Amino acid sequence: MWELRHRGGGGPGPGGEAAAPPREGEAAGGDHETESTSDKETDIDDRYGDLDSRTDSDIPEIPPSLDRTPEILKKALSGLSSRWKNWWIRGILTLTMISLFFLIIYMGSFMLMLLVLSIQVKCFHEIITIGYRVYHSYDLPWFRTLSWYFLLCVNYFFYGETVADYFATFVQREEQLQFLIRYHRFISFALYLAGFCMFVLSLVKKHYRLQFYMFAWTHVTLLITVTQSHLVIQNLFEGMIWFLVPISSVICNDIAAYIFGFFFGRTPLIKLSPKKTWEGFIGGFFSTVIFGFIAAYLLSKYQYFVCPVEYRSDVNSFVTECEPSELFQLQSYSLPPFLKAVLRRESVSMYPFQIHSIALSTFASLIGPFGGFFASGFKRAFKIKDFANTIPGHGGIMDRFDCQYLMATFVHVYITSFIRGPNPSKVLQQLLVLQPEQQLNIYKTLKTHLIEKGILQPTLKV
Amino acid sequence: MNEESESEAKADGETASDSESRVEAATLPPSADDTPEVLNRALSNLSSRWKNWWVRGILTLAMIAFFFIIIYLGPMVLMMIVMCVQIKCFHEIITIGYNVYHSYDLPWFRTLSWYFLLCVNYFFYGETVTDYFFTLVQREEPLRILSKYHRFISFTLYLTGFCMFVLSLVKKHYRLQFYMFGWTHVTLLIVVTQSHLVIHNLFEGMIWFIVPISCVICNDIMAYMFGFFFGRTPLIKLSPKKTWEGFIGGFFATVVFGLLLSYVMSGYRCFVCPVEYNNDTNSFTVDCEPSGLFRLQEYNIPGVIQSIIGWKTVRMYPFQIHSIALSTFASLIGPFGGFFASGFKRAFKIKDFANTIPGHGGIMDRFDCQYLMATFVNVYIASFIRGPNPSKLVQQFLTLRPDQQLHIFNTLKSHLTDKGMLTAATEDK
Repeated sequence: MWELRHRGGGGPGPGGEAAAPPREGEAAGGDHETESTSDKETDIDDRYGDLDSRTDSDIPEIPPSLDRTPEILKKALSGLSSRWKNWWIRGILTLTMISLFFLIIYMGSFMLMLLVLSIQVKCFHEIITIGYRVYHSYDLPWFRTLSWYFLLCVNYFFYGETVADYFATFVQREEQLQFLIRYHRFISFALYLAGFCMFVLSLVKKHYRLQFYMFAWTHVTLLITVTQSHLVIQNLFEGMIWFLVPISSVICNDIAAYIFGFFFGRTPLIKLSPKKTWEGFIGGFFSTVIFGFIAAYLLSKYQYFVCPVEYRSDVNSFVTECEPSELFQLQSYSLPPFLKAVLRRESVSMYPFQIHSIALSTFASLIGPFGGFFASGFKRAFKIKDFANTIPGHGGIMDRFDCQYLMATFVHVYITSFIRGPNPSKVLQQLLVLQPEQQLNIYKTLKTHLIEKGILQPTLKV
Repeated sequence: MNEESESEAKADGETASDSESRVEAATLPPSADDTPEVLNRALSNLSSRWKNWWVRGILTLAMIAFFFIIIYLGPMVLMMIVMCVQIKCFHEIITIGYNVYHSYDLPWFRTLSWYFLLCVNYFFYGETVTDYFFTLVQREEPLRILSKYHRFISFTLYLTGFCMFVLSLVKKHYRLQFYMFGWTHVTLLIVVTQSHLVIHNLFEGMIWFIVPISCVICNDIMAYMFGFFFGRTPLIKLSPKKTWEGFIGGFFATVVFGLLLSYVMSGYRCFVCPVEYNNDTNSFTVDCEPSGLFRLQEYNIPGVIQSIIGWKTVRMYPFQIHSIALSTFASLIGPFGGFFASGFKRAFKIKDFANTIPGHGGIMDRFDCQYLMATFVNVYIASFIRGPNPSKLVQQFLTLRPDQQLHIFNTLKSHLTDKGMLTAATEDK
């Protein structure tokens, strides 16, 4: 019965094939490799097949990378014992990264966008490199080119969508950009297809499985890094505060949990990360909520942080100037009775945003660590100590950003669900693309609606 | 002959007997034969080559007849069929993953895979339902809340699955669990997004669903026929059965078929109109004034064809020109989906995705070429045919703040006035 299900390859009978080409077609080219190469193909794939099903302990470790600690630091700290040395290196690098962060915030939204883009590219590079090493596939034909090509395509697609939305006025001016925007999806799809077809054409007989693994690895990595970074940029355009407060909450949670764990840590939290403790987790939670609350209070005052980022065509740069929305205007809240007794005040004036910041900090402390556990599990699964060795004492960029992984998505979903509706400029842009009759219909519908709601006076010729 | 076929099969790593002797992680045991008994008996006299041909032929006709019945039954049934096909494809690919990684017994994992499928489907179908059933949704209070916070709810559901995954990581099986996690996500990316785009195309008008799918099926069959009768030069090493003659013959045949089919279908409203949900009758209706695409127009035939056919002009539907683009894609790029699936099967040393359809293999085997077609049609429609959905825009408008609404209204007004669509006369109406 086996041969009945053969769609092609020969069954034992002489007429076992129902397939199309006559025998000479196959003999001319196609699959007639020699026995030795067919054995080799199965050997290589077998090796990885066994690799897949064996338990983790049998898998060889990836050799550690070089130590990148700068010489200066090493000399300065040569006196201390190695435990304190490590602590100092981590501390100095932490302060360096935080100062770099402040510097870039000062330099503005455009620099922040570039920073996010570079971090994304570096994270992608780190994860892909791990994949190469796991599968010893560094020499696979085409594959490095294809991975970077796919990264470019997906970025082009996402940034094209963003550019179309936020730079609408700029785009209307330039003819070529108009064309690119109008057919953006088609162009992105065509680019992706070209990559897909190149992948199919590059499949080499002995390496099918490896190539499929790397293909899947690339796509999952893209799903993780590019979508997150795109959402970070969208949050940024909403207002820099939506970018700063979540990221700082995650960083604060990291540091606070570490410190609480260092001083009070006793009960382990999860087997995946033996260093984490319940004391650190809970202490970090409360500190992060308080920190988020205070940071939100401090940042909400400045238009620079609070206003949506807009591109002004006359100035040809990004501006953050607006009338702050109600979220960022001080309001009086009456305190519930028990807090009244504690604080001895009737009401307190705070920004409504601070209430949202509590939600953000809670997510950062409770769910953010799961991103960290995911990354720890990943590192254990593939037997690596760190994602890479970019930052001395800390590991790779991915190591720093693993907890941020879910935060960006959460903030984006939070904003779209609770804060604002759809983006007005996007609605306008889509309106302008419609057919004139449809536009007229919508115009009439909108007019009726606005008059009903009293927003538009029927007699007023605006 | 025997050695040749044996060695060719061995080169693909596919013979059942060889697999017993090797320590191979990935050769799947052959499933039971699903051919119905009645067919077996009817064809018992023919030689096995013709028997195979007949089984495939009969099943092909059965599937095509089934397709017609479902079209007749209407959009709702079509949507459900698409959903079932999607679930079955997901199941097939996940089962292959389990077999590859011997991870059938991994704690939690089967539950988690199906849970993620449910989450992603909930997200996508929720977005579709919100768009197309807008008035129905606004009426019912629970539906309204679900649709307002839809993204948040979907994200929470997904997060729960993610956290469950992290908590389910078991010390000795980290790598396997990550592999299955990755496998599940890639499968979801392939299967669920495609089926969602198919449903979008369906709502655009049943013709946008039927013509692409039929073109791919026609290309499959025509390439097979041309290859069977004229096939000589192999096309690609991945699929030794495919030939250039089949490829090119299939291309021309599919373009012609697409032209004819779109001509026939463009005449009927039930295929051409967007599917809408009618609140009063609480069902789907396809009733409208056919758009410009589906009205006969005169086209001048270029000089070169004029001399051949002897007509000056021809009356066609503009849609037929689009159908040429669709058929071209189906014949030229569609097969790459097939090659991708062939490469996948060779990589994991399986003959077919599953054994659901006798003679043909699994559902995925039938739908591998459709893989890219649905995305292409959706992108094509979005780029060249229509702009954004007007009712969706109105809906988005209504959720904006009043000052934003006023701003947009005024911009629209000045835009329409500039275009001359809006005069003082129409303004007062």
